[in-house]
Amino acid sequence: MSNYLVQFNNISKFFGKVIALKDVTMRLKKGEIMCLLGDNGAGKSTLIKTLAGVHKPDEGEIIFEDKKIVFDSPKDALDIGIGTVYQDLALVSLMSVTRNFFMGREPQKGIPFLKTFDVNRANKIAADRMGQIGIDVRDPSQAVGTMSGGERQCLAISRAIYFGAKVLVLDEPTSALGVHQASMVLKYIVKAASEGLAVILITHNVHHAYPVGNSFTVLNRGKSMGTFQKKDISREKLLSMMAGGEELDKLEVELQEMDRIHQKN
Amino acid sequence: MSLKSKSISSKDSLNKDERLKKISPFRVLLNRPELGALGGSILVFIFFGIVAGDTGMFSAYGMLNFLDVSANLGIIAIAAAMLMIGGEFDLSIGSMIGFAGICIAIPAIYWGWPLWMSIIFAFAMAVLVGYFNGIMVVKTGLPSFIVTLAMLFILRGLTLAITRLITGRTQVPGLRVLIEDDPMAWLFATDTFKWLFTWLGSMKLIELRTDGTPLATGIPPSVIWFIALTLFATWILMKTRYGNWIFASGGDKVGATNVGVPVGRVKISLFIGTAVASTIFACIQVLDAGSADTMRGTLKELEAIAAAVVGGCLLTGGYGSAIGAAFGAIIFGTVSMGIFYTDVDTDWFKVFLGAMMLIAVVFNNFIRKKVTESK
Repeated sequence: MSNYLVQFNNISKFFGKVIALKDVTMRLKKGEIMCLLGDNGAGKSTLIKTLAGVHKPDEGEIIFEDKKIVFDSPKDALDIGIGTVYQDLALVSLMSVTRNFFMGREPQKGIPFLKTFDVNRANKIAADRMGQIGIDVRDPSQAVGTMSGGERQCLAISRAIYFGAKVLVLDEPTSALGVHQASMVLKYIVKAASEGLAVILITHNVHHAYPVGNSFTVLNRGKSMGTFQKKDISREKLLSMMAGGEELDKLEVELQEMDRIHQKN
Repeated sequence: MSLKSKSISSKDSLNKDERLKKISPFRVLLNRPELGALGGSILVFIFFGIVAGDTGMFSAYGMLNFLDVSANLGIIAIAAAMLMIGGEFDLSIGSMIGFAGICIAIPAIYWGWPLWMSIIFAFAMAVLVGYFNGIMVVKTGLPSFIVTLAMLFILRGLTLAITRLITGRTQVPGLRVLIEDDPMAWLFATDTFKWLFTWLGSMKLIELRTDGTPLATGIPPSVIWFIALTLFATWILMKTRYGNWIFASGGDKVGATNVGVPVGRVKISLFIGTAVASTIFACIQVLDAGSADTMRGTLKELEAIAAAVVGGCLLTGGYGSAIGAAFGAIIFGTVSMGIFYTDVDTDWFKVFLGAMMLIAVVFNNFIRKKVTESK
């Protein structure tokens, strides 16, 4: 038995002639946070959708708890415990915290055919869960629209964990957030990992990824540039690997050149 | 005072949350979608109480009159509201009313079916039409505005063409004699609480005809249906899993799908709901008038949507209430009847209807911003 919780081995995905992903391999242990870094167009979205069961990989295999798994639908991925939190969070801002938390999986009570949504129990669970991560939901029947961006992100993550996620796939959880909000979300991600979840954190922000990640996989133009343990790689090295690196170097040279010409004139 | 402090302290101890801002009951009320319609209804009653208080509008007979009109509109407004909360429109409601009418009348009069079978036939057709609307919207992703606008024309045209083809006319009379002894028609054609009105009449508490029977004979079936549907819809929206799915489907279709809400099924069922409500409306009207008319229900879809909007439904979906739509219908019904009791020309009713809707939309927009504003 390997000590990996989940393995994505040599995943490839083609759309017609376009190679969206080629031989991407990721292996995660329990409690590990792997950051998946890549610039826009690197294939992050395709990879997420493949992990979440939306796309079927054309090549490669997914091994979960040492069993080979084939997803036919996003529901299959959810059922075995791969919880994906998309960028749009799947939250409805006009609906209450509780109604969002249990959206699609409402607890029921009562006799068959006359089952009712157990609002009281749902309120209690939602408030408890949010309380555990230090978010004080003053009133679980308040609209999600009244929450801050960081709180919403935490609500979506908390919901995925509550409904049995063992592997959390987080799509750009900090991209739309300010420094304070982002650090709140990152803190929660570390806490979730410390409780035994494996986390795949997808981001293009090395500054957010580096402090929390245990390992880093860099994606460039659909190919993995390799997976690195934190001790083996520096923040700067990661940054320059993310395709942007070389280009930013070039940009710097060009800017210096322009500056020189400007000064001459 | 003591009551207020008690309720707050009990809430505090429940949440163990000292940061819970004390929200005044007024603010809580302001967050409810039906507030505008409730306030509007009260204003309308006060207005007619002053202007037409001594004209007989608020006699038992007068009240049943405007309640009947409100209730008829309410039956379709509630279904329209639920569909709007689910994020879609149905413009074919009015045409469905006309279509359901002839689905009852032609088989009963020309094909010799028993009335109950014709009624079941009409409901079956409604389910079919609703299902078709729903599946078109869900499968093609076209706006429901367009799909149901097409259905508005198709159904009205079919109603007219089929009726003229079979009967040579545009009206099908002669249903009244079939109502008696029918095992189903009473559901849509019986006044209830007759004993109460007889008793009130005998006590000389309500107006009597010259022959001594009360002028108002009982609660019309529309009012019973209206109350029952309001309660049923509210129960569904607030207390069931399916209700949560309706809000979720209207609020964010993609998000709801991602967390496992069967958005397509929810929407199709809501389209069936509006078509069935239209058929209930048609049954009541056809059996009351004793005849079906191909033009029945014209423009009713817009009144239903207007009532739903006044009742707090957002045009973008995901927000609203059945009780609000019920009050919206009461406002329109009361004004459309009440205007006869005043000196105002009835031509002004439509002006009122439009102005009311405009005010409601502006108000609801403001409320939505309040509800979703960041702290």
